[in-house]
Amino acid sequence: MENKNKKILLKVENASFYLNDKALIKEVSLEIKQGEIVTLIGPNGSGKSTTAKIALGIYKKIEGRVRRFTERIGYVPQKVSVDWTLPIRVIDFMSLTEDLKNDQINVALNLTGVDHLKNKSLSNLSGGEFQRVLIARAIAKKPELLVLDEPVQGVDFKGEIALYELIKKISEKLNCGILLISHDLHVVMSATDFVICLNGHVCCSGKPHTVVKDEKYKELFGDRASNILSLYEHEHDHSHSADGSIDPKK
Amino acid sequence: MFDDFFTRALIAGIGISLVTGPLGCFVVWRRLSFFAGTLAHSALLGVTMALFFEINIAFSVFIISAVLAILLLQLQKKTKLPNDALLGLLAHASLAVGLVVIGFLTSIRFDVMALLFGDILAVNQNDLLVIWLGGGLILIVLKLIWKPLFASTVNYELSEAEGMKPDKFNAIFTILTAALIAISIKIVGLLLITGMLIIPAATARNVSNNPKQMVIFSVVFGLISVLVGLFTSLKINSASGPSIITATLLLFILSLIKFKKVSDLKK
Repeated sequence: MENKNKKILLKVENASFYLNDKALIKEVSLEIKQGEIVTLIGPNGSGKSTTAKIALGIYKKIEGRVRRFTERIGYVPQKVSVDWTLPIRVIDFMSLTEDLKNDQINVALNLTGVDHLKNKSLSNLSGGEFQRVLIARAIAKKPELLVLDEPVQGVDFKGEIALYELIKKISEKLNCGILLISHDLHVVMSATDFVICLNGHVCCSGKPHTVVKDEKYKELFGDRASNILSLYEHEHDHSHSADGSIDPKK
Repeated sequence: MFDDFFTRALIAGIGISLVTGPLGCFVVWRRLSFFAGTLAHSALLGVTMALFFEINIAFSVFIISAVLAILLLQLQKKTKLPNDALLGLLAHASLAVGLVVIGFLTSIRFDVMALLFGDILAVNQNDLLVIWLGGGLILIVLKLIWKPLFASTVNYELSEAEGMKPDKFNAIFTILTAALIAISIKIVGLLLITGMLIIPAATARNVSNNPKQMVIFSVVFGLISVLVGLFTSLKINSASGPSIITATLLLFILSLIKFKKVSDLKK
């Protein structure tokens, strides 16, 4: 396949991480290449966010090996809270780790549908608005590797679909690799290249079709979850605009 | 012109408020007020060490504060005591040890009050040099590390993930705080330097809506407080440190009125 020529961006080899002698994850391996979306799924407490943080080098005291082959990384953490004492507007936040030009900021905020919030204080945003700003910030710097930890939490249903489509579009346009953590099995199965099913360790992994047929996947998510593909892997006869509304194909 | 003690005090005070403004914002943002207070308390030990070994006071205070900061990091790793207990332990232990050691230095005439609350009469030309050179250096370093330091203040994990090396810049920030305390002990006094860091920044928060604005306002409020405080100190013969801090408090109260108006408008 053409994937063979693509640059590897991130490689995690047999990583284990212990906190107070308790293993949060054990011997997890994964690899992300350019233009590829790899998704971590698993129940609460299965080590998805931990795996992402190990991949990003936030947790350093690990067993195993992590190698990153790019420095251009965009991260949407699961939780960000900004204290009231720190007055910061959306526009200040956008350039947090990289200086951006005004129009780069505008384009990114426009893509996630929040350009009207540019001069608002971060502390005044709603949960969903804040997520959109987080995504905009991560993509504005044109990263080679995007790590998205439940990026659409708190976003309304219409917006959720639009944002996932945006994420997919961005991975194609920027040719960047994406590590996605999501609870939304529908999205995962229809939009990702590779799925890793975690439960402290890697239960099963592979292309979406293979994973849903895996016994371990069924054990973890129940029988209904394996019907997801038949339900959701449909041919698109329309596309969605940024606000989620449907544009019929001509 | 530096012959006049009051001119020297003014120049020293202005120099200090230029540095406490931006540094104080970070102290408030990062919730480090108690930490800064602990470093300041240890300054007494630093001063006694300086007198004992006959070395420069600012240098000695800086070294003791830096040692204390390292000690704190070690204690955080080795014990399970909460941070505020550790800070209290170090602050008061170092203050106590400093006071005990002073008792032994009977050969030196020594004004403890001046050390605790600042003394404008005590500022000499050498001190001015230390304040302006040291302060200038602190500001230059702060300007250089502004971006990564600010990123790690907003969110540690995000800045670590995106390669901003927060641990390194947090450590540099601690050193800058220790350095600031070292240069400002003489004029503000070690019990009140934390006030000089926090109150103008807190005042600035009430009237700002972005980080740069808050830094500028806290410098302005610091400057006003130093001027008002020092002139009052001269007029009514009060200690310089308390006079300056009282001025910062008045500004804070004024900013609350303005803040209330702004929040009312938003309703």
